[in-house]
Amino acid sequence: MAALDPRAGEETLTIYERSVAGRRAFTAPALDVPDVPMEEILPASALRTRPAELPEVSEPEIVRHFNGLSKKNFDLDTGFYPLGSCTMKYNPKLHERVAALPGHARLHPLQDPEYAQGALELMWNLQEALAEIAGLPHVSLQPSAGSHGELAGLLLTRAYHEGRGEQRHKVLTPDTAHGTNPATVTMAGYEVVKVGTDEHGGVDIADLREKATDDIACLMLTNPNTLGLFDRNIEEIAAIVHGAGATLYYDGANLNAVMGISRPGDMGFDIVHYNLHKTFTQPHGGGGPGAGPIAVSDRIEPYLPRPQVVRVAREGEGDAHAGNGRAGERPRFGLEHDRPRSIGRLRGFQGNFGVFVRSYAYICSLGGDGLRETSETAVLNANYLRARLAEPGVAEYLPIAFDRLCMHEFVLSGRGARDKLGIRTLDIAKRMLDHGVHPPTVYFPLLVEEALMIEPTETEPRERLDHFAGVVRSILEEAGEDPEIARNAPYTTPVRRLDEAGAAKRPVVRQPSADGGGGAEQNPGDPRRAAENPAGATGAI
Amino acid sequence: MAESYPEDLRYHPDHDWARVEGDEAVFGITWYAQDALGEVVFFDPPKVGASVTKDQAYAEVESVKAVSDVFAPLSGEILAVNEGLSDGPETINADPYGEGWLVRVKLSDPGELDSLLDVNAYRDLLKS
Repeated sequence: MAALDPRAGEETLTIYERSVAGRRAFTAPALDVPDVPMEEILPASALRTRPAELPEVSEPEIVRHFNGLSKKNFDLDTGFYPLGSCTMKYNPKLHERVAALPGHARLHPLQDPEYAQGALELMWNLQEALAEIAGLPHVSLQPSAGSHGELAGLLLTRAYHEGRGEQRHKVLTPDTAHGTNPATVTMAGYEVVKVGTDEHGGVDIADLREKATDDIACLMLTNPNTLGLFDRNIEEIAAIVHGAGATLYYDGANLNAVMGISRPGDMGFDIVHYNLHKTFTQPHGGGGPGAGPIAVSDRIEPYLPRPQVVRVAREGEGDAHAGNGRAGERPRFGLEHDRPRSIGRLRGFQGNFGVFVRSYAYICSLGGDGLRETSETAVLNANYLRARLAEPGVAEYLPIAFDRLCMHEFVLSGRGARDKLGIRTLDIAKRMLDHGVHPPTVYFPLLVEEALMIEPTETEPRERLDHFAGVVRSILEEAGEDPEIARNAPYTTPVRRLDEAGAAKRPVVRQPSADGGGGAEQNPGDPRRAAENPAGATGAI
Repeated sequence: MAESYPEDLRYHPDHDWARVEGDEAVFGITWYAQDALGEVVFFDPPKVGASVTKDQAYAEVESVKAVSDVFAPLSGEILAVNEGLSDGPETINADPYGEGWLVRVKLSDPGELDSLLDVNAYRDLLKS
C-alpha cells in the first residue's frame, strides 16, 4: 500500500522550515509619522545585534501549515480520550463564545478596577461558587495550575506554622500520590515522607500514625485517590493529622468524582486546590492555560495571596458583604492589597481570565444539581467501563488493581498481558492509537505493575464506552495470535514509535538557524547536566 | 539481557542489590527494577564521601516513565560512584549487575547484612 501512497514518508516541516526570504502575509501601510532610527530611542543594551529570525511565509501557506498540523492532532473533538487523572471531559462550545465576548477577551490586565467591574464580579462570583463546592469559605484565584495551587498550599502551611512560632520540616504524601505532590514538597523546601497504602487501596492508618510526628507540616492527599478509590477513613486521617498540628491538603485533581456529593472542607481539609482546566472544562492538554485556585479554612485565610478579589462596601454601609443593600445600586468589586500576613503575589496580574469565564459559564449552565449529576455520571461511566473490562477475555490479561467499586476512574494492571501474551502496557496503548482512541494514562500509579489508569468522564455515551471495551478486547485477541502486531504499533499515525529515551537524553530545544550558523552552538551539549531536578513522576525503587 | 538474579548478591525488598566484598559493598538495582523503569535516561549519583543509611534514598534514577529514588540496602560511606553512567545511563538496563553498578560503599554496620534477602527469598517476593 505504501508504494501507492506518494505522500508516504513526507516530512512534517516546522513553520521556520517553510520560510522563504521575502515572503509576506501582510503588507504594512506606508509610515505616516517621521521615521526615527532605533538607536535614538532605545539604549544600546536593548538593541538587537542581528535581526530576529522570524518565519517568512505567505498567508495561504500559513493557513495550510497550521490546518495540516491540526489534522494530525488528536483531541476531544476527534474521539475518546480516557486519560486517567486528567479529566478529559468535553468542553462545551458555548464557553468559547462567552470567553470570546470582547468585554472578556479584550479587557486589558492593567485596566483600573473601577472600569473592570464586570470581570471582577465574575471572579468574585466564581470564588463564591468554588467555596461552596469545596466547603471552605475563602478562595484565591491566583494559582495558575494544579501544581501552582499545591505550592501555594505549602507556602500557606509554612506561613501558618511560622505564625504560631513553629518550625516544621517534613510533608507526608501517600505512595499513590500524583508525582507533582512530592515535587512540590521539594520545591517548597520541605522533605518528603511517604505513607504506605493498605490492602483496600487507602492510606495505611498504622503507618500514618507512626509518621505523623510534631515535625510534620502537612499531609497532601487526593480523595478519591489515584486508584479511583474513596478513602473511607478520611475522618480518622484528618484527626491524626490535626492531632499532630499539621495541615491537611486536598489535591483537587479528582474533584470530578465528588462535586455536590461530599466536600473536602467537611472531611476536615484545610486547603484545597481545584483544577479548573480539568473539572470545570477549560480545554487542556497542550500545557495551558490553566487555573488552580485554592480554597482555605478560616485559620489559613490571613495568609492568602494578595491582592484578593473582594466585594466592597459603599459609603454608609458597614457590612462588606451587604454591598447590594440599596435598591437599584449594583455592588462594587475591588482588589484588596492590604493583607499584612499574606504570602504575597503568586503571579503577574490576576490569572488566566479566559479560564475563569469558561469555568463560571460551566457552573452557571449546570447549577448545583447539574454539578452533582456530573459527578454521579462520571462515577457511573467509570464503573460501567470497569465492569465491561472485567469480562472474560480481558480480565485475565488486565486484572483490576483493587477490586471494589471505583469512583471516577480505575486502574488495571497489564501484568497478565505481559506474562501470558508477551506484550506490555505500552504496546497496548500504542495499538489503541490505530483504533482511533487516545490511550489511558500508563505506568501510573507506580505501585501498580504495568498500570493502565482509565477515566472516561461523564460526557461519553454508552456506545463510546462499549467501543473502547471492544478495542481492548480485540487488541488482546490479536496479540494472542501475533504479539508482534502490538509490539510494533502504531501503524496509522503521522509518526510511529518515538525515541523517548533519546528525547530525554538529547533534547533538541532550538530550531537550527536557517543559515546553518548559531543553531548548533546555541544548542547545549547536554542540558540535563544542568538540570537540578528533572520533572516527571517520582517513585521509589 | 534476560531476567536473572545472581546467587552471590543480597537483595533489598525495594529491588536493590548489594555485592559484599569484605567491609565494602557495591550497590545496584535489580533486573526487575530496570525492567519496570524502562530505559534509564539519567542517573543522579550521591557525592563521594556522603553517608548512606539503610532503607533511605541515596540517589535517583530517571527513566522515560518516572523518576525513582534508589534506596540503600546497607549503611555506610560512599567510596566511589560509577562515572560511566553519566554518559551511558542505559548501561543500568543492559548490565544491571556488572557495568551498570551504581556506587561502592564502605560499610558501617556489617551486621545489617542479615536483614537482606538471599536470591530465593527475593524471587519469592517477585512472585507474590
